[in-house]
Amino acid sequence: MKRFNALRTGELVRVAALIIPLLFGCSVSAYAASAGEHGEEEHGGPGEVIMHHILDSNVMAFEPFAEFELPKIVIGGFDISITRHVVFMWIAAVILLLVYGYVGNKYKSISKRQAPGGLANAMEALVEFIRLDVAKSNIGEGYEKHMPYLLTVFVFILLLNLLGLIPYGAAATGNISVTLTLAVFTFFITQVSAIKANGIKGYLAHLTAGTHWALWIIMIPIEVIGLFAKPFALTVRLFANMTAGHIIILSLIFISFILHSYIVAVFVSVPFAIFIYLIKIFVSFLQAFIFTTLSALFSGLASSHENHEAEAAH
Amino acid sequence: MLTSGIIVLSGGLLDPNPGLIFWTTVTFLIVLFILKKFTWKPMLNALEEREKGIQQSIDRAYKAKEEAEEVLRKNRELLAKADSEAEKIIREGKEYGDKLRAEITEKAHTEAARMIASAKEEIEQEKRRALTELRTEVADLAVKGAEKIIMANLDAEKQKKIVESMIQDLSQNRN
Repeated sequence: MKRFNALRTGELVRVAALIIPLLFGCSVSAYAASAGEHGEEEHGGPGEVIMHHILDSNVMAFEPFAEFELPKIVIGGFDISITRHVVFMWIAAVILLLVYGYVGNKYKSISKRQAPGGLANAMEALVEFIRLDVAKSNIGEGYEKHMPYLLTVFVFILLLNLLGLIPYGAAATGNISVTLTLAVFTFFITQVSAIKANGIKGYLAHLTAGTHWALWIIMIPIEVIGLFAKPFALTVRLFANMTAGHIIILSLIFISFILHSYIVAVFVSVPFAIFIYLIKIFVSFLQAFIFTTLSALFSGLASSHENHEAEAAH
Repeated sequence: MLTSGIIVLSGGLLDPNPGLIFWTTVTFLIVLFILKKFTWKPMLNALEEREKGIQQSIDRAYKAKEEAEEVLRKNRELLAKADSEAEKIIREGKEYGDKLRAEITEKAHTEAARMIASAKEEIEQEKRRALTELRTEVADLAVKGAEKIIMANLDAEKQKKIVESMIQDLSQNRN
């Protein structure tokens, strides 16, 4: 770990050494020399650095200024250490609580006849969007019960995504554990709403897909796989989207290091990295929206099966 | 690049980390419950209330519109009724007036005719009376004039001659 950090520091210094002379129009042959000296054998290649950036760790690194070791906690054989991604999750949670606590207070204090302004108004647009375009159109009747979950999951994912885009930040949603947990929440909510809507019997009947009993031996495994495929798809979609963006940006930057070329850096790496960064801002919103919409859609599909079957029976 | 591929597979990119799952669950649930209680509930309530308020306002506006239309329709009806009533009254008045005029004219005509007739009658009577009077007067005047003329023309010689001629005539006739 220590070797790693030292290398990261060295890497950053090199990035600075790369950019600053470029800015001032100096020739920097020194960089090439130093890169040649340290070389691949020391920092294990760009792949390792990229992975280090993406993966969770126990260190909050603010290179080249400071580094904090995060506490390791092991309870009953489980390692529940506070990691980088946990810290960013908490940062997101604190921001959410502050912002939405303020907005909620505003809503409690204003009367029915007053129009909300400022931040409350902005948040209302978001809430109204989730309420009408996500929840109401996908779940239909009884969407109100799902609203708190959908809203929270949307703002939570969105903020985690965006925190990955700030300097020294990390996208916790680029970690499969985080997306898996959120997808499992959606899975449970979907199953609970399905059981509530159709009853245990209807829920089990749905697993047979309404086919002849002879086909059950095929249908039931397929339906069960389908049941788990949805949260799996949610998990991988969010995780892969968030991770992929980071990998692309880092890879683009590393092209210039691998090729030892400022021209590549100026004309390829930096413009393309900025382009990908802008796309990632869009993707942050898009993925939060998709996760929320699919959660709503799955709940809606699960709870409206009875109607479909009733229609099919007639 | 082979090394980086191996790192991807072995580096735990796809390994779920129980500690992180635990902390995600805890963090997310805390955020969910706090936001649900302090933000989503009041916001959604406010939105719902506003939606209801807007719906009510729209309903009220429609109701008011309908009422206004009803009133307008009634007014129009009344106006039409009043119009026809007025027309009827005017027509009746006209008719009555016409009738009255005809009657009066008729009456006036007959009256005039009667008056003319009576006037004529009177004139006739007067004329006749005047004529009678004139006749007596003229007769008197004639008598008086004749008397005067006779008085003035009475001459003894002439008369003697006349008488003589008469006697002669008589004597001749006897022969």
